[in-house]
Amino acid sequence: MIRTLAGAAIVAALISAVLGTLAAVAGARLRRTTLVRAAERAVFANFWLMTLANLAMVYALVTHDFSVSYVAQVGSRSTPLFFTIISLWSALEGSILFWGWVLSAYTAAAVWLHRGRLGTLVPYATATMLAVAAFFFILLVGPANPFALVSPAPLDGPGPNPLLQNHILMAIHPPFLYLGYVGMTVPFAFAIGALLSGRLDAEWIRATRRWTVVAWAFLSLAIMLGMWWSYEVLGWGGYWAWDPVENASFMPWLTATAFLHSVMVEERRGMLKVWNLSLIIATFLLTILGTFLTRSGIVSSVHAFSEGPIGMYFLVFIVLVTVFSVALLAGRSSLLGGEGRLDSPVSRETAFLVNNLLLTAFTFTVLLGTLFPLVAEAFRGVKVSVGAPFFNRMTLPLIMGLLFLVGVGPALPWRRTPPGHLRERFLLPLVVALAVLGLSLALGSRDPYALLAFTFGGFALSVNLGEFVFGTRARMRAQGEAAPLALVRLVRSNSRRYGGFTAHIGVLLLAIGVAASSAGRVERQATLRAGESMSIEGYEVRLRNISAWEEPQRFVVAAHVDVLRGGEAIGGLDPRLNFYGGSDQPITTPAVRSRPHEDLYLTLIAFERDGSSATVAAVVEPLVGWIWVGGVIVFLGALLSAVPFERKRVVVGAAAEPLDPEADALETAGAAR
Amino acid sequence: MIDPDDATDSALEQRTRPSRRPLLLVAVAAAALIGFGFVLIGGLDENIVYFVTPTELLAKGSAAYDAPVRLGGQVAPGSVSWHADALDLRFRMTDGTGDVEVHSAVAPPQMFRDGIGVIVEGRLTRAGVFESDNLMVKHSNEYRAPPEGHAPEDVYRSLIREGAP
Repeated sequence: MIRTLAGAAIVAALISAVLGTLAAVAGARLRRTTLVRAAERAVFANFWLMTLANLAMVYALVTHDFSVSYVAQVGSRSTPLFFTIISLWSALEGSILFWGWVLSAYTAAAVWLHRGRLGTLVPYATATMLAVAAFFFILLVGPANPFALVSPAPLDGPGPNPLLQNHILMAIHPPFLYLGYVGMTVPFAFAIGALLSGRLDAEWIRATRRWTVVAWAFLSLAIMLGMWWSYEVLGWGGYWAWDPVENASFMPWLTATAFLHSVMVEERRGMLKVWNLSLIIATFLLTILGTFLTRSGIVSSVHAFSEGPIGMYFLVFIVLVTVFSVALLAGRSSLLGGEGRLDSPVSRETAFLVNNLLLTAFTFTVLLGTLFPLVAEAFRGVKVSVGAPFFNRMTLPLIMGLLFLVGVGPALPWRRTPPGHLRERFLLPLVVALAVLGLSLALGSRDPYALLAFTFGGFALSVNLGEFVFGTRARMRAQGEAAPLALVRLVRSNSRRYGGFTAHIGVLLLAIGVAASSAGRVERQATLRAGESMSIEGYEVRLRNISAWEEPQRFVVAAHVDVLRGGEAIGGLDPRLNFYGGSDQPITTPAVRSRPHEDLYLTLIAFERDGSSATVAAVVEPLVGWIWVGGVIVFLGALLSAVPFERKRVVVGAAAEPLDPEADALETAGAAR
Repeated sequence: MIDPDDATDSALEQRTRPSRRPLLLVAVAAAALIGFGFVLIGGLDENIVYFVTPTELLAKGSAAYDAPVRLGGQVAPGSVSWHADALDLRFRMTDGTGDVEVHSAVAPPQMFRDGIGVIVEGRLTRAGVFESDNLMVKHSNEYRAPPEGHAPEDVYRSLIREGAP
């Protein structure tokens, strides 16, 4: 029953996506409002159909309907309800189903907000989003059908991948990642729409930028949450391993970041049109490439589910999108002439240009390192891995350049810099930077990259915070407002600008956290009997005892450890090993004592079966917590810069732009109803 | 497919201005890109880690010494010597035809045992011993029943009885 219903919903969604695509293109070409309206209705229908299919899956999961193939694959009667629900995205088919829902929701939101505006751009964009959706619906009907029949239905299933049911972050990280990843489809659709309709004006930029910021905000948060999950679950005390899966999420982030900066140059100076369109298209392609890498089983990781024909579908899709986009860019190049030009090498534009060069080089590096092992294996038949040494060596100089720009860029004026400006703006940040450098040296930091990161970070933090201080002061003087009110009004008056600075501050905190925790990391291992202890960085880690117990879905072995400092007990930590579903492969569950200045991170590596001793790894890392705080600030800053506070949606071009004269009548009739 | 008249609904003003600046800019960018490409390839060359089996490693002869590799194979039954107090692990890794002695100064994970597949990262020293920096137990994400006597309930029963909270 549920299978038939959901299967029908997916097929209906596929049909309506295909018909909607055709209707939107025809409507835009023939200027027929009725066809465009039909495409819009297809968009909303898709949203409801996908909502239905997803709810059906959740229902099947919760009721343990093992005749549904996906439930038989990831369901288990012993898995707690919460993890049963979120196992919607814990394997291939379910994650594509969820992807389809997020995409249909984004499409519906974009069409709802922009319908009847921007001329033929929106119908073309609608067609693009529906075509992308159709691709995912084809996957759901064919190679990734989650509602296939299992007969006879098994009585119970194996449950989701143990790694994915071991931590609450698994409920949060994937949805945000989808919101970020799938969200990049909207700016891509607007880019294609702009190319097809020939409309690349200020309103196009505004709409595209805003959708990119929204997706970027979610993607940033999702990447940070993925790092946090890795830290809290994988048990090696790290959060980033340059794993193909991490790289897959990082590459579109880099190109989207480049776009968010270079689009300002286009807005102000009319330059870089082709470049900006290329960045959006690249961002979308990288999200699809990332999905291909993580979903095709071509790289092995917790995200790669199983090998199947699905990889071929993705490759074909990637090739089609690339050929179509490049041909379109080339065919429309006459529209894309630049208007402005660089006036001076010391200006905001130059800072953005260098920022873009660095981010592009960064993307290329990550792409090369990620794809090289695949290419080497395919063409030379050798198994190689490109690990952290390559990525660190290549990207650290680029990261330092970017940190430098985050400090310098915001303080540089557009066009050219008047004499004396640099001294005025940079004197205080320079003092702060040198003070930070002195402090880091005094605290014993010797790693050159870490020292650079702290120095540039200190400089950039004071520049970006300074923007808030100067602006608030100016308002206090000019309007006679109290400081808090002046700050709030300042931010509201230009939320886009101050949201940007907020995101900078978050990125800087994150970068400082990464630099400090990787350069200052200290690790020790010891095998301890009850009552024995090891010391690390002033902590004494003493094993009290080991215990084990059974829970419905797992079997737990925990070491109970007392943490002492200067002979005084300051708390207890219980690193554990969890065994799921009768597997003898334990899932490490580290125990972390987190403080603003450093984390103490304990992992239970192994234990004697009689409980007499345990091997424990202890890691002390400075400033790890800054990474998570920084990530949240980036997210909030980006959202702030996407929200129009004072400038409501009545801006330029807000008047509906009918495709044909009849549309006016239609609009009025619609409004009357 | 594209109607040139579409362009008219754009507010875009085309300006074609003869200028050598963009050309120069493109040339500089291209040069930078090519230069960066060389740096990248160089970086790759020095930092690739090959994945080999014991037989493949031994076949390299003296070329294998001190080159970082990932070595994969099985733990030869009966070869494991583990001194927990000194954190000193030695075992022989085999792929059926060749075997290499591996030494590690970090504790093996709980699953480590005779016959299990492992991957070690490190380098072969001139003494013929593989010094491992990192040891991973190879496992598949697909569920497989643990071998006889290795189900967690069997193995850790004593712990439950003694240490129940």
